[in-house]
Amino acid sequence: MFLHLAVIAALFLAQFAASEYIVLMLTRIMVLAIFAIGYNLLFGYTGLLSLGHAMFFATGLYAAALGTTLMGLTVPAAFAFAVLAGLAVSLVMGVITLRASGVAFMIVTLMFSQAAFLTVLYFGEYTRGDEGIVIPDTIRKFAFLGFDVDLANAVLRYNLALAFLGCAIAFSLLIVRSRIGHILIAIRENETRTSMLGYDVQRYKLAAFVMSGTLSAFSGACYALMFAYAGSTLASIQYSIHPLLWTLLGGASTVLGPVLGTGLMFVLVDLASSYTNANLLMIGVVLILLVLFFPKGILGTIRERYWKWLP
Amino acid sequence: MAAAVLALSALGLSLVFGVMRVVNVAHGEFFMLGAMLAWWTAKMVPGGPLAGFMAALVVAPAAVGFLAFLTERLLLRRIKYDPEATIVATIGLLFVIQQLALSLFGADAKPVAAPFTYRIAFPWFGYSGYKLFVVVASVFILVGVWWVLARTRYGLIMRVTQFDRETATAFGIPVNTVYSAVFVAGAALVAVAAVLIVPIQQAHYLMGLDPLLMSFIVVIIGGLGSIKGSVIAALIIGMADGIISVFFSPTLASIIATLAVALVLVVRPQGLFGVTAR
Repeated sequence: MFLHLAVIAALFLAQFAASEYIVLMLTRIMVLAIFAIGYNLLFGYTGLLSLGHAMFFATGLYAAALGTTLMGLTVPAAFAFAVLAGLAVSLVMGVITLRASGVAFMIVTLMFSQAAFLTVLYFGEYTRGDEGIVIPDTIRKFAFLGFDVDLANAVLRYNLALAFLGCAIAFSLLIVRSRIGHILIAIRENETRTSMLGYDVQRYKLAAFVMSGTLSAFSGACYALMFAYAGSTLASIQYSIHPLLWTLLGGASTVLGPVLGTGLMFVLVDLASSYTNANLLMIGVVLILLVLFFPKGILGTIRERYWKWLP
Repeated sequence: MAAAVLALSALGLSLVFGVMRVVNVAHGEFFMLGAMLAWWTAKMVPGGPLAGFMAALVVAPAAVGFLAFLTERLLLRRIKYDPEATIVATIGLLFVIQQLALSLFGADAKPVAAPFTYRIAFPWFGYSGYKLFVVVASVFILVGVWWVLARTRYGLIMRVTQFDRETATAFGIPVNTVYSAVFVAGAALVAVAAVLIVPIQQAHYLMGLDPLLMSFIVVIIGGLGSIKGSVIAALIIGMADGIISVFFSPTLASIIATLAVALVLVVRPQGLFGVTAR
């Protein structure tokens, strides 16, 4: 608990010391870390490996982008709309994909995500495909509870992202420590035994799926509104793999693991980009090395060896 | 035509899943590598497209098979064929192969000349002789694989390993060697499919994703690990894809194919011909 507060406090203080470039990068990391936290709820705690979370990220992304540009929603309304859309999409997808289990579940989520990506391209007239939607700055200025908010302002954007990240961490902690969290972990460890104990496994899995998908959609909405852009690359398979990679690197089934993993991977890619532009190669190599030598990730290993209490 | 090649590449995936119970996400990249190698051999070998084609039929499966051998030895065996870890590791492999292909061969699409351009003239329309050859060759390979699986000792060993790994080990079957062989055979099959298709469809470093997804669809609809199911599903999907593509856009065709999978899963989670996982 104190560790989590310390991380948030450190991130708050970082904005006074960091350069403009680093502040922008940290903002991006924090927004995407929400995505990874959402992913971790399903993968880390419930043990369901989804290869289709780009679908939910894109749902939030396009709900926010299309909501503000085409439907004339204000920014707070667009956030609400994106969350509702994420809820609806993940509920429908959950009901369908959770009929499959194990390997079939992974493949099916991957394929649905690809279908969603193709749908984005198919409606290129509205989504503008690869080129993407750019949200004009005038829409991103709005009044909220008497304050004038301008999302183009870097400092404000940073603190807003931090607040959202704090909420996501708190939410994740709350779930993990609750009864539901314990049942989800029980499902991960032994699904048959959990259902023998009288729990409706399917319903809990669906709940985890919906929470995970909705959080991902929320992250997508943040991304669209804060960086004023929604493009089809953000819906592609790569964005299903990213949260998996971040979660694995930081440590699956730890609350802070996804945050750490996202940050670390960004730093790695940033460092490497001065030598080579082969980002994919690096992602691939890191994935293989993690699976071979480091399956528990950074925080997972720390928990195993030193800090047994780490949630 | 599309159905025949689709059946071949799905067969490789299905064979590997059927016997080893792992999903190779880098399957599509093996396909891409096969196509790239076909282009490269055709460029290197003198003596016209036919010689190049024949050489590619040897070089591509051999090289891709060797890569698959290394993958199996160095990667899959070390993670003990754990289904989730295998998927993550082969995703990593997918990215590595794709990026290397981009760096080595470049981003432009590479055309390969067909080994022969004989055109069969029916009274009412002409049909490319090469396309017909692809269909015939695919059918031959499919029948061949079926024959090996159903009628030979090797097939028997594979089926035994698929059925019960521990008992097979107890009866002195070298399970590890069988796994190696099956993984290599799956990769070689998809490389052959790639060599066959590349004169019709150009080689490109991003071409692996479509056959991968289509193979997934075929394998799921046909029932994971069921070879008969895979072939039948490939025929249905391949033809449906072709027919829908004529009337609508290819994007819509892919969306519809995915929705077909959803329907199959909702009605029969184990696929049309699959047996429930044990």
